[in-house]
Amino acid sequence: MAKTARRKQLETAALYPLDWVEERSGLVGYTKWFLFRKVPHDISWAQTLGAAALTAFLSQTLTGVVLAMFYKPDPDKAYDSVVNITQEVTLGWLVRGMHKWGASVFIILLFFHMARTFLFGAYKYPRELNWVIGVLLLVSGMLEGFTGYLLPWDQTAYWATVVGINLNATAPFVGPFLAQFLQGGLNIGPDTLPKFYALHMLLIPGLIFALIGLHLYLVVRLGVTSPPWSSTAAGREREETGAREGLIRDPAVEGEA
Amino acid sequence: MSDEQDTHQVPTPSLWPIGFAIGIACILVGLVVSIPVLIVGALIALVFGFLWVRDLLTTHPVTSAEPGIDEQPRPATVGDVAAPVDRATFLSLATIGVGGLIGAGLTLPVLGFGVLPSFMGEGIQTSHANLGPITNFPEGQYVIATFLENPDQGEVSRRTAFIRNNGLTDAGVPSFTTIYSRCVHLGCPVQPNGPIDEQAKKEVNGVELRPVLAASFGCPCHGGLYNSEGNRQAGPPVRSLDRFEFSIVNGDLILGRTFSVANVEGVGASARIAKYYKAYPGVHVDGVERFLYPIPTPGSTGS
Repeated sequence: MAKTARRKQLETAALYPLDWVEERSGLVGYTKWFLFRKVPHDISWAQTLGAAALTAFLSQTLTGVVLAMFYKPDPDKAYDSVVNITQEVTLGWLVRGMHKWGASVFIILLFFHMARTFLFGAYKYPRELNWVIGVLLLVSGMLEGFTGYLLPWDQTAYWATVVGINLNATAPFVGPFLAQFLQGGLNIGPDTLPKFYALHMLLIPGLIFALIGLHLYLVVRLGVTSPPWSSTAAGREREETGAREGLIRDPAVEGEA
Repeated sequence: MSDEQDTHQVPTPSLWPIGFAIGIACILVGLVVSIPVLIVGALIALVFGFLWVRDLLTTHPVTSAEPGIDEQPRPATVGDVAAPVDRATFLSLATIGVGGLIGAGLTLPVLGFGVLPSFMGEGIQTSHANLGPITNFPEGQYVIATFLENPDQGEVSRRTAFIRNNGLTDAGVPSFTTIYSRCVHLGCPVQPNGPIDEQAKKEVNGVELRPVLAASFGCPCHGGLYNSEGNRQAGPPVRSLDRFEFSIVNGDLILGRTFSVANVEGVGASARIAKYYKAYPGVHVDGVERFLYPIPTPGSTGS
């Protein structure tokens, strides 16, 4: 409390850029409102799995963008460019490794997050829609895995994708058309690799970003669920105690500050 | 107060969905086993589905009451609706309409470009791979031929065929068994079971020919096994191995399009081949299951 005038002056100067942005956009307030939300008092590390999956996806995005600068989606050059990334380009081995292993981490975290949601009953009313969006996210993540697996263009990638495409082809009625769309013809041909590349780095990531936006919107709107063993009864009015003052964008609290 | 919010309107218990599910199960079993079972299943599903829907409609008057609630807040606009469209409504409708037109103009060509080329057969120009003189194919023995189906496309069009010279048919026409190496389970590369004669390996115009004593063909991926005519012996494949159409021009063996085979009766030059349009691996070309894939794969029927 005993702040010197000098210190106050310094703080104001340091916070001035933030205040400037806040006054013109309100973004600081929105960010605080988004980050410092009320959550049940008995949540644990289990509720961080979604954020962990999000982090894994962001890591995939960053490493993928850099890999795209060195990868060549051409049937005659793809394999050599991957070898080049792994063995020649400085730190290429690291970024490619992060992308390769991060892909598995992302999918595993999705499943853990899904299991937590299921076991805690957090998919129930009113959060059914968020479960559905989560399933779409899982499917999109799997599609990322499927399209990304072809890109190294080695024997494993090629034959695994042949099998994957033909699995799609066995679906009744639409299967053959799905397979033909994926490989751009009756067999994997010169257009297949660029198509998978475009799906992998443009279309599906865009879809995932959009779905994550909806997912987070619903999380913020509906709040976090207590675990099933919580002593706090579900459905009762939320208490104001325990909320840290000034952290919530609430007219009453803001008025006091 | 909050407890009341937690009570939902739950449909009354009903046995109809179970009957409906049994009907659907009968349809699925019938698709594989027999048509009569399918018809019985369809009847069960229809009857119980109708009863279920009727049940839902009669026990939930909520759905029919909702429009009434919805209309209450706007009796004032009833007069406006009867009048010709006013300026504001017209402008907003026009904005939506023009926006929709622009949106369709942008998305339809893009969608068409993204999807249609896969089905126009552009990437699968029918090739005529020349495997060289037929004298390179000893009678009665399989040769593993590796070649580029379409040299313009490069290595990505490399294919393998198992070719056996069967001599002459009864009609005096040269006969070749030209098996395509892709497994008809899920497309893995099938391998001939038998020793490869690497000493007799030949290279003709970029086509690699390796004689092999193939008693059968096996797939390394999921254990599919085919006999020397390409008929399925064991494992998950649903038909016989695909084959290439072939012709003989100036003494050279020319491979054309691939086609699918349901079954081969007989051996070698006297074999009778049940030929179908090229289908994807795992797709049935005969039997009841063929109705699950009613439309031939675009591009497979050729010109």
